Amino acid sequence: MRHYLVLRVIAKLVIPFMLLFALYVQFHGDFGPGGGFQAGVIAAAAMIFYAIVFGLPTARKVVPDRVAETMVALGVLVYAGVGLAGLVLGGNYLDYFVLDHDPVHGQHRGIFWVEAGVAITVSGVMLKIFYMFAGRRSSRDDE
Amino acid sequence: MVAAVAAIVVQRNLFAVVVLGGVYSFLMASVLIALDAVDVAMTEASVGAGISTALLLGALYLCGAEEAQPIRRPWLPLLVSLVTGGVLVYGTLGLPAFSDPQAPIHRHVVPRYVNDAERETGVPNVVTAVLASYRGYDTLGETTVVFTAGIGVIALLRRRRRKGEGQ
Repeated sequence: MRHYLVLRVIAKLVIPFMLLFALYVQFHGDFGPGGGFQAGVIAAAAMIFYAIVFGLPTARKVVPDRVAETMVALGVLVYAGVGLAGLVLGGNYLDYFVLDHDPVHGQHRGIFWVEAGVAITVSGVMLKIFYMFAGRRSSRDDE
Repeated sequence: MVAAVAAIVVQRNLFAVVVLGGVYSFLMASVLIALDAVDVAMTEASVGAGISTALLLGALYLCGAEEAQPIRRPWLPLLVSLVTGGVLVYGTLGLPAFSDPQAPIHRHVVPRYVNDAERETGVPNVVTAVLASYRGYDTLGETTVVFTAGIGVIALLRRRRRKGEGQ
């Protein structure tokens, strides 16, 4: 893909907006359609697009394998951590009402972090699976 | 959609099958929008048409784009899938009429969600409120499923690679 100038320019133009759209879907999920799952997939799709156009090694420099693997586990931990925070603050597990003085604000905060956890795990998994698929052919050629 | 499915069945070139699968997902997403299920439609469009198409194309790159000829004629699997499909269609005959307000699903917890979700959670999108707050445990389980599936795929693919390096 090194010689497709139009594709490379378009990709550079479009990818920031894809990431921005992922963030919009993430944070606007409270008001419109969307949420952590969709946002995670869109963010991973932006990175996969980058990897296809600019090559896997370049993409691995931007988001290293280790980061993607950490994201896979981190998202679940964030989600479970919100539940534990509810326990520590004197409520039930995954009880958001105790996260703030105002129960409605507590709900808002809980939903925000839970959605963030979902997005982190989903985008980490998608990106890592793509890395493993795309990396197999090149590692086989090396042998 | 029927045309897309027929083309997928007839087509022997797997590249075309993957692209047609993406087309089918987009059509399905439009159907879901027509049914006012925008959240589901968005998931269908991004996952079904976006990521899974990209991943399947990555798999095709590894294993070649022509479908292998089946060893035997697949009559038994065809029969099983036809019977299962028939039973499912028969099952839909027992469902309440479409958008019937008296249907059991609309009388159990839905009135509380629809009426009180915004006051109790401060989130105008009922889907998000139900997903993340009322059904928080389910979504935690879902995230764990994604986590487990991802870990499984990573473990499978990585072991194969290490074995190759060791030889």
